Formats: sequence, C-alpha cells, structure tokens
Amino acid sequence: MSFPWLTVIGVIPLVGAGVVAAMPASNVALLKKVALGVSLVTLAMTIAMATQFAPHGDRFQFNQSTSWIPAFGIHYAVGIDGIALVLILMTAVLWPVVILASWHECETTKRSVKTYLGLLVSMETLLIGVFAATDVFLFYVFFEAMLIPMYFIIGSAGTPRSSYAALKFLLYSLFGGLLMLAAVIGLYVFGGHTFLYSSLQHMHLGVNDERWLFLGFFVAFAVKAPLWPFHTWLPDAAAESPVGGTVLLVGVLDKVGTFGFLRYCLDLFPRASHTFTPMVLTLAVIGVLYGALQAIGQKDILRLLAYVSVSHFGLITLGIFAFTSQGQTGATLYMVNHGFSTGALLLVVGFMISRRKSRGINDFGGMQKVTPILAGTFLVACLSGLALPGLSTFVSEFLVLIGTFTRYKVAATFGTFGIVLAALYMLILYQRTMTGPVSPAIEGSHDLSLREKWVIAPVVAIIVVLGFYPRPILDVINPAVSATLHQTGNTDPVPPVPVAAVAATPPASTSGGSG
Amino acid sequence: MSPTYYLYLSAILFTIGALGVLLRRNAIVVFMCVELMLNAGNLALVTFSRINGDLNGQIMAFFVMVVAAAEVVVGLAIIVSVYRTRRSASVDDASLLKY
Amino acid sequence: MTLEAAAPFTAASGSFSGTWLLVAIPLFSALILLIGGRRTNKWGHYLGVAAPLASFVLAVILFFDLIGKSGADRRIDDHLFSWVPVSGFQANANFLIDPLSICFVLLITGVGSLIHIYSIGYMANDPERRRFFAYLNFFVAAMLLLVLGDNFVALYVGWEGVGVASYLLIGFWSYKPSAATAAKKAFVVNRIGDFGLSIAIMVMFATFGSFSFADVAAGAPHASKATMTTIGLLLLLGACGKSAQVPLQSWLGDAMEGPTPVSALIHAATMVTAGVYLIARSNFIFDVSPNARLAVAIVGTVTLVFGAIVGCAKDDIKKALAASTMSQIGYMMLAVGLGPAGYAFGIAHLLTHGFFKAGLFLGAGSVMHGMNDEVDMRRYGGLRKYMPFTFITFGLGYLAIIGFPGLAGWFTKDAIIEAAFHKGGTSGAIFGSCALAAAGLTAFYMTRVMLMTFFGEKRWADDAHPHESPGVMVVPMWILAIGSVGGGYALILSGRLAKFLAVVVPRPADIAFKPIGVIGLGTAGVVLVGVVGAWYMYGRRPVPVVAPVGSPLTVAARHDLLADAFNESVFMRPGQYLTRLLVYFDNRGIDGFVNGFAAFVGGTSSRFRRFQTGFVRSYALSMFGGVVLVLAALLLVRG
Repeated sequence: MSFPWLTVIGVIPLVGAGVVAAMPASNVALLKKVALGVSLVTLAMTIAMATQFAPHGDRFQFNQSTSWIPAFGIHYAVGIDGIALVLILMTAVLWPVVILASWHECETTKRSVKTYLGLLVSMETLLIGVFAATDVFLFYVFFEAMLIPMYFIIGSAGTPRSSYAALKFLLYSLFGGLLMLAAVIGLYVFGGHTFLYSSLQHMHLGVNDERWLFLGFFVAFAVKAPLWPFHTWLPDAAAESPVGGTVLLVGVLDKVGTFGFLRYCLDLFPRASHTFTPMVLTLAVIGVLYGALQAIGQKDILRLLAYVSVSHFGLITLGIFAFTSQGQTGATLYMVNHGFSTGALLLVVGFMISRRKSRGINDFGGMQKVTPILAGTFLVACLSGLALPGLSTFVSEFLVLIGTFTRYKVAATFGTFGIVLAALYMLILYQRTMTGPVSPAIEGSHDLSLREKWVIAPVVAIIVVLGFYPRPILDVINPAVSATLHQTGNTDPVPPVPVAAVAATPPASTSGGSG
Repeated sequence: MSPTYYLYLSAILFTIGALGVLLRRNAIVVFMCVELMLNAGNLALVTFSRINGDLNGQIMAFFVMVVAAAEVVVGLAIIVSVYRTRRSASVDDASLLKY
Repeated sequence: MTLEAAAPFTAASGSFSGTWLLVAIPLFSALILLIGGRRTNKWGHYLGVAAPLASFVLAVILFFDLIGKSGADRRIDDHLFSWVPVSGFQANANFLIDPLSICFVLLITGVGSLIHIYSIGYMANDPERRRFFAYLNFFVAAMLLLVLGDNFVALYVGWEGVGVASYLLIGFWSYKPSAATAAKKAFVVNRIGDFGLSIAIMVMFATFGSFSFADVAAGAPHASKATMTTIGLLLLLGACGKSAQVPLQSWLGDAMEGPTPVSALIHAATMVTAGVYLIARSNFIFDVSPNARLAVAIVGTVTLVFGAIVGCAKDDIKKALAASTMSQIGYMMLAVGLGPAGYAFGIAHLLTHGFFKAGLFLGAGSVMHGMNDEVDMRRYGGLRKYMPFTFITFGLGYLAIIGFPGLAGWFTKDAIIEAAFHKGGTSGAIFGSCALAAAGLTAFYMTRVMLMTFFGEKRWADDAHPHESPGVMVVPMWILAIGSVGGGYALILSGRLAKFLAVVVPRPADIAFKPIGVIGLGTAGVVLVGVVGAWYMYGRRPVPVVAPVGSPLTVAARHDLLADAFNESVFMRPGQYLTRLLVYFDNRGIDGFVNGFAAFVGGTSSRFRRFQTGFVRSYALSMFGGVVLVLAALLLVRG
C-alpha cells in the first residue's frame, strides 16, 4: 500500500492541536510558533502530495479505505479528485496565512491564546477531512464536527452580539445538518446499505426518493454556502468573529457547501439535480444581485464583505448548475480564487481594523495618504473582488458566466449584471476608506509591518499569478469536471454555427442558428 | 372467601396512598403513603399469584419489597438532610427545582 | 466592397515573435515602479519614459517589417501561451499584428511617449511622480494589449485594464473627494459598457464556440441576422461606455479631475477611441447586420451634436476640450457606422485627432501650469504674449480641429461628412447635415476657447504670474503640432490609409476624397460662420469674469444637457432607495423571520416551563393523571 498522504496530512494539524493544548499557556510566543509551524508542515506535505497527483489518472487518487463501523457498512475511506485537491491546497495555503495574521489578534479575544490557536489548528484537520472523505457518513461526521471549533471561534469576542452570531451560525448549520442526516440515513436505506461513495455512484433510486434525498443534501449545503435565502447567519458571523476566523469561515468553510453541491448533489442525484435546476438557478441569480445590492447598502466593512461573498457564492452555484464544462470548471476555480481574493480583502480589512479599532466604513477616510502600501494591497484585493481581468477571479467568473450562458441565457445575463454592481460595492468601499481627506482618527497610523507584508504578499502573488497563468489549476480540475458531467449525463451545448465546420461550406447553403 | 376481596382492599389501600401523596404536605407522611401504595401493589401481586396459581407474582412482590427497602434508605436520608438544611419537612417548601 | 483575404493569420516569426514585448516592457516597468516604492523615486520617471519609448522603437521596427510584407501576409499572430484552456473553450494569450493594430500601436506608443516626456515637467513638483509614471506605464501596457489581442477575450482584458488605469489616474489626486468620485463614476459607467461587451462575447461563444477574430469572422456570414444584430448592439454598448458616447457619456467631463497629461493620453488620444477600434475591428459583424451599423451611426451622430453643444457652454478649459473629444469621437463612430465607406476615414480621424487633441490638452496643461492650475477660461485672457510657444502649438491644434484647409482635421473630418452624405437616402441626409452643423459648432467653441484664453484683456487672479513652460513640456507640444498639420495629408490623400487597412477592414471601391466639392465648400462656409460667430460674441467685446446667466439652453449645456441630473434621478436615487429597502428587508424580512421563529420557540417554551412548579404533588398528580389516561385508553381499546 502506498503512502497514506491524506491521512497523514489530516492528522498533522490534529496532533499539532494536541501539542498546543499540552503546552503551558503562559509561553504565548512559543504557542504561536508551534501553531504556525504545524500549519507550514501541513502546507509542505500538501504540496508534496499535489506533485504526486496525476491529473489524467483515475478520478480518485490516494485512496485509502478501512472498515470503521462494520454493522452499518461505514468506512474510513478517503481519496481526492482534482476538485478536492485544489480545495485542500487552498486550505493548506490559507492556514499559515491566517495564523500569521492572527498573531496579535489572538491576544485580544476573550479566550486564551492557547485555546484560540488550538481551535484554529484543529479546524484544519476537519476541513481536510471534509474534502477528502469518500464515505458519505465520514463526510457527515467531519461536516458537523466543523461546527464545534467554529462556534467557539466566532464567539471569541465574548460580547452579546458575538454570542448571538455564534449561536445563529450553530443553529442554522444544525438545521441544515439535521436534514442532511436524514438524507444520509435515507441514502443508506435506499442506496443499497452502503455509505461508500464509489458504490453509491451506481445506485438506482426511485424518482421521488431521489428528489427528497437531493433536497436534504441541498438544504444543508445551501445553508453552508450560503445561498439566498439561507444567508443571514453569514453577515453576523463574519462581522462578529475575529478577522482570522472570518477568513476561514468565508474563505474555506463556506466552500464546503459549494463543494457539496458538486460532489454529492450532482453526482449522487443526477436526475433530481436536473429537476431542481430552474429553482437553484433562480436562487443563485437572486443571490448574486441581492448580495451585491445588500453590500452596497452596508455600513460595516465586514458585513459588506460577507454580502459580497453571498453574491459570489451565487455565481459559483450558477456555474455548478449550468451543467457545462466551462461553468463547472469556472465554479471550481472560483472556489479557489474566492478563497484567496476574499481572504486578501478580509486580511487587509483586519489590518485596518487593528489600526482604527472600528469596523464602520465611515470611520475611515484618506488612508491612501497615510498608509500607501496598505491602500495598494487593499486596492488589488478590491479589484480582484470585482473580478478584474488579469487577476485570478476574472478567469473563474468569466468561465462561470460564459458556461452558464451557453445553456441558460437569461440567468447568465442577470448574473453578468452583477459585474456592474461589483464595481459599485468595491469602489464605494475603497473610496470611502482610502481616498478623500485624511480622517483625524487614522492620522499617524503605521503602514504595513513586515509580518503583515508576509501575510498579504503570498495571497496577492497567488491572485496575480493565477490571473495570468491559471493553467496548472485548470489542468487538474478539467478531468474531474468531465467525470462529474459524465455522471450527470450532460454534454456541452453545441454551438449552432461551429466555426470549424462552416469553414468548408459556402455562406449561402447554411441558415445558421439564433442567439 | 373470594380472593377478590383482597383486590378490593388493595385498591382501597392504593387510593388512600395516592390521595395521601397528593394531599399531605409532610414529607414523612408522603413517604409513608408511597410505601402504602407499594404495599397495595404487593397485595395485588400476591392475590393474582394465588388466583392464577403462579409463583411469579410472589417473586415480583419480593422484588418490590427490596426496591421499597432501598427506597426507604435513600428517601429518608434525603428527607433528613433537607430537614437539616431547611428546618422543615414540608414538601411544598422544597420547590427550588422549578422553572 | 472587398475584404482582400480570408486566409488564416500568418504565424509570427523573426521580429514579430517579439510582439509581446510591446506589452511586456511597459508592464514590467510599471511593476518595478510600484513594487520598488520610494526607492525608485529618484530615477522612476526616467524608467517610466524609457519603457514606452522602447515599445515605440519596437513598434516602428515592426511597422516597417509589416510594410515589407504584402496582402494577407500582413496579419501576423504571435502565440504566447494558452491562457485559459477548458474543454470547448480556448482563450489564448495571442498578439495580432496587422495594419489596424499597428496603427494603434504607433499612436499609443508614439503619442504616449511624448506625453510621458511632457509629464516629467508637468508633474515635477508632485511628490508621487513615480507612482504617476507607474500608472501611465500600466495604462500603455493595457491599451497595447487591447489593440493587440487576437480574440475578444484578450481585447476584453485590455479593455478592463485601461478602465482600471483610467480609474487610478483620474483619482490620482484622490485626497480630493471630487477626484475620487469622478474616478469611481468613470469606472462604474464603463462597467455598464463592459457588461454589454462581455455578453457580446458570450453570445459569440454560444453561437460559434469561439471568440477569436478569425473564427467569428469566418462564422459571421453563416449565423442568423438576429444573432449578429444582438452581438453588434452589445458591442456598441461596450463602445459607448469606453468612448463616452450617448447614453454613457457622463463620465468623461468629470474625468478631467485627473492630471492633464492623463486627459491628453487617455481621455483624448487613446483610451476613449477604443470604442471606435472595437467597431472597426468587428467590421465582420457589422457588415452582416445593417441594423447594428445604423445604430452605431445614430449613436455617433447624437453624440457629435451633443458634445458640440455642451462644448459651447463650458468655461472650464479642460471640460470644453472633453466635450469636444466626445463630439469628435462621435464623428469617428458615425464614420465606422457607415460601414465600408467610412472605416478608413474613421480610423484616419482617430489618428489625427490623437495628435491634435493631445496637443490641445497638453497646451491646456501648459496654460494651467503657468496659471497656478486655474482652469476657468474666464480668468485667462491675453496669454499669447506670455506663452508664445503654447499659443502657437495650441493654435495649430485649433486650426486642425476646426478643419482649416490643408491641416489634419480638414482632411479627415470633411471626409466623414462627405461619406455621410454619400450614404444617400433620408438617413444619409440627416447624418450628413448633423455632422455639417456640428462642424460649425466645433469652429464656434474652439474659437471661443482660443479667444478666451489667448486673446482679449487679462482677467487673471491676483496671484497669477503666467510663464512659458519648460522645454521638456514644450517639445512634445511642438511634435504633436507638426502631426496635427501634416497627419491628414499623409493619411487621406490618395487613400493611403484605406489601402493599408484594406486587409482588415473592407473599403469602398471609390476611395478618392474630393475636398473641393460642393460638400467641402459647404463645410468651409459653416466653419467660417462658426468662427465669425465666436468672434462676434467673445472677441469683439470683453468677456465677463463671472459667467452671465444665459439662455436656458446655455444653462442646460453647462450642466451637460442635464445628463447627470437624469442619471441621478432615474438610476442613482432609485438605486439608493432600492438598496436601503433591501437592507431593511434583509434585517426585518428574512432575518426577521428567522429571529421571529426563534422568538416563537423561545416564547412557547417559556410558557411551557411554567408547568414545572417545583411542587412534588403536582408532578405526582400529572403522573396519576397520565396513568389514568393510559388505563382508560387500554380499557377502551380492549373493552
């Protein structure tokens, strides 16, 4: 048996969390270094694993399967396809960044540094587990277990608002998780008494059973993603959590929802997915426009960014349910890019908040004059938030929209209108915080420190590099997406005037198609 | 003598016990009424055992007695300690475990 | 009409395989200046100037190599790498050199280099000069990418890139709230246009499975007319945004908040003409859709009149020139909207306009430089003695734009007016007469600018000490003035440009230009009327320092014919109300439902908990009650 990459990578943070927990709480500096070290080791191992991945090999690689609860046919089974690989990579990159960004922030929360770091580090195990699980029950366990550390991280500030936000997050997620649990059990009953993903792919469900099971999974993922109208926990949670936690919440944790759509809803219930496509597309388009309009109207920077994410998740969902290779590839790429782009935005906002001690947009002003480097990185992050060509988000957004357009023209057109609103919410944010006369409260603020530069530089670099050369990621995603499309029985729509074909025929003989 | 009279007696004892539990305030009395109900049950069990010619009922009665004895031990101890702390054996005064 | 070749593009070899360097050099220069930060302050502007100059030299080399080739070989594709490869979707980083793109490359790098040089002097006292050059370099790179891309997605990347550069440069002095707002407005209005462009690309992809120029050109005649008209109109929307055409014109006037070299380079010579480039480049789409072409011509005609009217009323020298730019681009749009008859003339006007309008803006910048950044022409007057070089170069630009015989504008603008009349029919007559009338208005407002700035008595502010600008600023102005004088002659006479472009855009069989015809003489007459009218109003009598109230039309024209008021009341205010309403809905509606449900559950349980009285007897009673109920039920069921 080959080296158990996934298990090892998943266990490292868990062991790290144990080490952090066992260390004396007084030595704060060492605690931070250990936490950072653990996440860096995980990152190194993940990169090493990624180099072993064969894009055109089997769909699932690094497979490992051991019987866990034989009575119910539950396995500890892990394995990743290209989609899961890029998401795990994103997770592994963001983790050290977030820990480094929380360097001082973790001392300001109500929790001890030890607890906070322990929670942060242990989360990584659960996320890697969620992306790597190939047993539905195992997936469910990770999916629900994520809530526990996240609940405590969101409530770290200890204020009534943060307790409210943490509880809201927990209840929303539990509501979705409960429906999913029912669906998981249903899957076991109707799907041939197995939880193994590989066996479930070939099950035969009744039409109605399939629809109900689809809905169970769908609602859980829609809450997690979050899709309109299940989104109202996100602004509260994102605003009240420490910024490091918000990056993980919005940047990584929410991806589990969209990942779930792609991996579980579509693959396991292809017919039901097609049945519910109009409904999902409607929700997605509403989410795109609604989130954008909400973002324009916000006064709190973190709430604004949360609504921006609602809008972007709408686009990701749009791409997934377009059932075209461009749409789904774009959606997967979007998940990765969104992690970095929103991550960059939130990280810079975290720097801003640490200077001004406020989240209100109107409390800032003229920072460009005082802190030019901070403003510059914020501008790049804002531009990636509005999907500027040349930055990574453009590639994914454009793929999503063009992939959707070939099949669902109206939905794509409405979705595209989001780019106008994106310019508004991002530039309004930038204008109010960075330009204009210098606000007295930020006079004398320091520009980015060396630590902060190290936090933001890799993220910005990734945004730019993936904007210019997304090919390495695309090459990994493409085969996985075509496997999904094969499973759902879809092919890309054929253009009415395929250029390669018409080159030979004279113009008069063909009538052409309509747009 | 028909065994059904024992059943009537058992029913009467049970009713007295139940009413005592519901109506009396003194914890000791309530406790004795509970014992009365248990013993009414025992009487019924033994009677049915006799009617049916089956020893299971009598065995059950022994079980109930054992349980009752254990209950007396625990219950009286609780009552005594409640009395010590609150200077009252009234069950209505011990109503802290509420909404 | 003849499109001379339908053969595939030639693969790049020799000097052409270095095409990508055109874009890469200024891009890297921008990156060095931005990442290097304050360390590069000392020499940053030299690097900033060297980068576009290097690109210009390379462009000249490529131009002569291109001239050396013939016909269809003049379209050379430099494949760099496969940018976004997804099954069924290929976006490549390819650079296309053909006669059309090389014209733009020469204009961008040539005029761009001159403006970079000028900026050394203009921005000399700005502590952020290095950042300014970084942004300018970035703009040049993005603009070159726009004209060099061999497919619509690459074009779109450059298209948005120049939008960002424009945003950064308009808002360069972003500590001024007006500049920051203007920058945002420019970007957002442009995004509305980009919305059209991106949907157009989607329709192309859905129809042809490709968006490269070559594939769409090959497929266009086979697709349905409705599809092609849709694509055409969407492209027009994109062009309207970038080129400040009605109805997306409102940002250009505000964009004058940026430093003047920016106005000259981006908002006069290059970026704003990208819309014209887009239409000319997509000629294969508009050729199969006369309706879309008509729409282009209508938009151009409306804008050229609109801009000319607005230009007559502005007292801010830069805003007057901005309105003029809008109007001149209207001419170009009209020209390319005429189809094969007008493509070459539109491009020619674009090129000469690049010279004379950049020259005019640099002149205006020079005036502002000497007048403490005063922009109100009512505070100028009599400056010709104090700034002789600025006066002469500005004057040559002025003569070129009003169409003084023999100068650049005369060739190119008259050609457009004539082509419009030649279109024939009612529409041709309307387009032609509008263009003719606007030529008179152009003469009027430009003469007004000239008279108010350089003639008459001094109306300066007390602390003004006008002086001629340093040589580093004057030399570029001279070079541009020379271009304004000779450009039209070089391009139009004997249809030189039309022949050169023929491999890209179709051209009419008859390309002779007859300036001494009926229409030419009519135009000259109208221009004369405009000049005399302006002299009558502004030259003959003193200009008041405070603007008179004026007629309702004047007032409306001062406010851009109420376009901003319209946008505000129709889009902005309702939009703000909508967002506020939605925020309220999210808090009270969706969250209200969630919180209300939570409150309901909480309230119900707090009522239920009242059952927990703490009295043992009540618990016992409920137990007995329960037992009784169970027994009764058993008896009933069994009974």
